[in-house]
Amino acid sequence: MAEQTDQAANRQAPVISPGYTFGTVTDKISSIVLTRPTSNGWFVGFGISFLLLMLLLYAAGYLFVRGIGIWGVNIPIGWGFAIVNFVWWIGIGHAGTLISAILLLLRQSWRNSINRFAEAMTLFAVACAGTFPLLHLGRPWLFYWLFPYPNTMTYWPQFRSPLVWDVFAVSTYFTISLLFWFIGLIPDLGTLRDRSENRWARITYGILAMGWRGSARHWHRYESAYLLLAGLATPLVLSVHTVVSFDFSIGIVPGWHTTIFPPYFVAGAIYSGFAMVLMLAIPIRKVYGLEDFITDRHLQNSAKVMLATGWIVAYGYAIEAFMGWYSGNSYDSFTLWNRLHGPYAPWYWSLLSCNILFPQVLWIRKFRTQPGLLFLVSAIILTGMWLERFIIVVVSLQRDFLTSSWGMYYPTRWDWATFMGTIGMFLTAMFLFVRILPMISIFEMRTLLPEAEVKAE
Amino acid sequence: MRLYGIMAEFDSPQGLVEAARRTHDAGYRKIDAYSPFPVEDLAEAIGFHSNRVALVTLIGAIAGGLSGYLLQYWIATISYPINVGGRPYHSWPSFIVVTFEMTILFGGIAAVFGMLALNGLPMPYHPVFNVPRFAMASKDRFFLVVFATDPKYDAAGTRQFLESLGPRSISEVPS
Repeated sequence: MAEQTDQAANRQAPVISPGYTFGTVTDKISSIVLTRPTSNGWFVGFGISFLLLMLLLYAAGYLFVRGIGIWGVNIPIGWGFAIVNFVWWIGIGHAGTLISAILLLLRQSWRNSINRFAEAMTLFAVACAGTFPLLHLGRPWLFYWLFPYPNTMTYWPQFRSPLVWDVFAVSTYFTISLLFWFIGLIPDLGTLRDRSENRWARITYGILAMGWRGSARHWHRYESAYLLLAGLATPLVLSVHTVVSFDFSIGIVPGWHTTIFPPYFVAGAIYSGFAMVLMLAIPIRKVYGLEDFITDRHLQNSAKVMLATGWIVAYGYAIEAFMGWYSGNSYDSFTLWNRLHGPYAPWYWSLLSCNILFPQVLWIRKFRTQPGLLFLVSAIILTGMWLERFIIVVVSLQRDFLTSSWGMYYPTRWDWATFMGTIGMFLTAMFLFVRILPMISIFEMRTLLPEAEVKAE
Repeated sequence: MRLYGIMAEFDSPQGLVEAARRTHDAGYRKIDAYSPFPVEDLAEAIGFHSNRVALVTLIGAIAGGLSGYLLQYWIATISYPINVGGRPYHSWPSFIVVTFEMTILFGGIAAVFGMLALNGLPMPYHPVFNVPRFAMASKDRFFLVVFATDPKYDAAGTRQFLESLGPRSISEVPS
């Protein structure tokens, strides 16, 4: 028995390649920020992302001038790209919290080398997500009306509306993600403060590190706070996509009004989030030579999570289809028929192939460690998850109860410009992050080394 | 020159934990240990057994949940009652989500800022940073400091005691 487990352990790639010490781990990660010259590739990538970000500002500026009529949304489809992209981005964020909080509570120490940039991904993805409902408000400068504050109109938000719940869920999620990410950074900012040669860098990192000195008393409280925050973030992350799904399922529109939505949305969120983690991790570990820290083990595990959550999503589709038939409700069964054969049928079939068919290659062990193939599968999954949200939002609204109110939705160039623009915003933030902050948690990597162990008396 | 304390430097977390334990056993109480990552048993070894972060977080979470619920109750029944299809004003099932989110939000904020406040951070200046070797404390070295305020502290004796623990180096921390 013991022999068998040994063999199983040997077959798995290590979380961190052997031969590293506290010093070399520190040097390797901090040198990316402090001493390594910025490559031309970084400037090119950053430049392209930045141009896309400018496109977002242009599209948003034009939106402020002309109003949301520049988008393709109109009755009956009042929720077009804005809500599709909102749900897509916020779902991507979920993997970061799963990695940093849930895997911490489950003592999955392999998470230590990917949690930092996955948390950054969460933060930037939620920021992109938040852009859409704000722009969709029509009068975005009055966004603060969403929050309960005493005002001269003697008006308050309607707390029985899922849209108000969503405001609370998403803003709490952003705040807690930011705090979690920031307290994770404090000890590493101390390391950068002590190691940077540049005066301004030392002052900046010093201010951000807030005088962290690694005292045993501080670590004790720090670890308590970190663990408590993980414990709070775990139900939070599950609640956020649940509340997002309430935006749909509390309504009576056929295709929305179903109880499978919360679990199926959460699984889909983690599915797409891990796909984004892989799409970021694979180029990052290649470009910065971090294969020793982000090993094949991480790729394998992420692929397995995608396989599992992919099947939960497939189960969601199956139940939706089954309920369309079993309920005997003519509107529900028409929704199913409309997905399979209606004007958006090609989108639905692409969604099924992207989310269910192609990811099945991950069953093969060999494919789970091939970065190129994983990158491709991740891109397919992200496309599929975007299509899923498109089907849910658009196809359900497109043909509801009355034939006279049916319509079609055609995204305009401004819809696409805004969507591409948020991708630019996300990548711009990501490029800046890998350049100025340690993208792997240095202190948590130190704890993975065998020399970090202290034998009890 | 008045000293803030005496600092001993160690190579490994094991060395630091053992030294901290012996220093505590020798009767020193105003001591602190510094490491580049959280070391198990180290806080125990310097006699620091429990902290109040969990209590602060609990208070924050309860305050958040209560204020979230009471805010909604007050708005929905007193300040801005709206009759929606004859349903009761106090429709508590719709208030669960926001109450939950406020619990998490206030709990999380209390955990982070409570931890920072209990740690006395931000603290721009601290005497231990006056020792040049202490820059290694955020990389791969482990430090033990006996503060001059300790009742058992005496410059020569304490230094001799720390030397007996087999450190890599000993430095004086100017205040």
